[in-house]
Amino acid sequence: MNGDTMTRTRRILATTMAMSLTFASLVQAAPPTLASTSPAPALITTEQAAMAQPGRMLLEQTLARADVAAALQARGVSVDAARDRVAALTDAEAAHVAAQIDQAPAGGDALGIILTIFIVLLVTDILGFTKIFPFTRSIR
Amino acid sequence: MLNRRAALVGAAVGTVASLSGCATFDTPPQTAELLKGAAATNSLGLAAAEELVAVPFFPQTRYHCGPAALATVLVHIGVNTSPEQLADAVFLPAREGALQTEMLAATRRAGALGVPLQPQLVALFREVAAGNPPVVLQNLGLEWVPRWHYAVVVGYDLAQQTVVLRSGTIERERMGFTLFERTWARGRHWAFAAVPPGRLPVTAGETDATQAAIGFERVAPPAQAELAYASVLQRWPDNPLAGLGQGNTRYATGNLRGAAEAFERVALKHDSAAAWHNLAAVRLQLGETALARSAAERAVRRAAAQEPNWREAAERLLRGLPAT
Repeated sequence: MNGDTMTRTRRILATTMAMSLTFASLVQAAPPTLASTSPAPALITTEQAAMAQPGRMLLEQTLARADVAAALQARGVSVDAARDRVAALTDAEAAHVAAQIDQAPAGGDALGIILTIFIVLLVTDILGFTKIFPFTRSIR
Repeated sequence: MLNRRAALVGAAVGTVASLSGCATFDTPPQTAELLKGAAATNSLGLAAAEELVAVPFFPQTRYHCGPAALATVLVHIGVNTSPEQLADAVFLPAREGALQTEMLAATRRAGALGVPLQPQLVALFREVAAGNPPVVLQNLGLEWVPRWHYAVVVGYDLAQQTVVLRSGTIERERMGFTLFERTWARGRHWAFAAVPPGRLPVTAGETDATQAAIGFERVAPPAQAELAYASVLQRWPDNPLAGLGQGNTRYATGNLRGAAEAFERVALKHDSAAAWHNLAAVRLQLGETALARSAAERAVRRAAAQEPNWREAAERLLRGLPAT
């Protein structure tokens, strides 16, 4: 995904979110007589309480979730699987994945080897710093 | 002639050592510490050797060490799953691997808590001794040519200085402490244990355990999440977030009375605005309007003084209470 598309997607999402939040706050600002007839006030969730700045973070977090779902799909995850995977992340985790999806370690043994690196790793294997090749045995 | 060869070898070793970013052949710090502790009449309180032979083995297919390692620890605690099923939850095709965050998220989706462990070899061994084989992230390559790999520690031997791993396509890989520590240190000493709700890894820190329970609450049935919070409270009775989580999960199961008790305990102990707020909301539903009002007033007062994040919610709740 190139930077421009990402920025545009973000802007559209931000606008949508800002509008829906404005709408939500208008609804919430309804007069008390109305509120008292509503069935039950919502509880503060444990996850909200665990976050340092719940109110201010809301917009960012929601954006992060949309970003993560899009980013997972762009990296080969199916639409359904991406939705389920994002739903299992806490807000903090979603923000982390959104920021680090291409930098964070991805355990999978992938390694692009060119000859020089091959030789270096062979030697470091033998010296006991690394363990790339099944046939090497550390000298230490 | 001999001198020249020695110089060449020296230069080669020097180059490699500086390239590897660890220009020392010393024993890595935790291994040294561990062996010192083990020598001093086993002051570590660890058995000389342990091995969890019953831990299953799923040989990994290409790039799928994440799902394989995850299946290993989940099936071990009785979850009915397989690497193929878990790949949908963790594998990231473009990265040819699995992210740490998603390993934890997939664990909770499978009905277990994934709790990160302290970055210490001795913590890994204590977990093995307690029957919780840790998943570890290793960088089998170098800082600048990383080869990220997940494996499961199922055993250790202090005398032989080896760990036993379920790793890749090797069911029982024995790796020296030194090499293991170097590869694990390059993975930032990252490890986690998967435990059923109601249990915690023996070495888990309070914050890690609490965050694991909070993540679990997101996807688990409330009764299961309540068990997770109970295990955190059993070890750290004064943890405010676990107390709040206990109240929230009890509320979600319909146990309003139990929820009110949990919220009240946290509110009185920590004067937490969120706990006062939730206590007021539950008391209102229990029909205890006067008590709800006093709790809501405490929430507003506390939020105004110390926790501005909850001020709006607390004031809205108080405004919405019926007149008494």
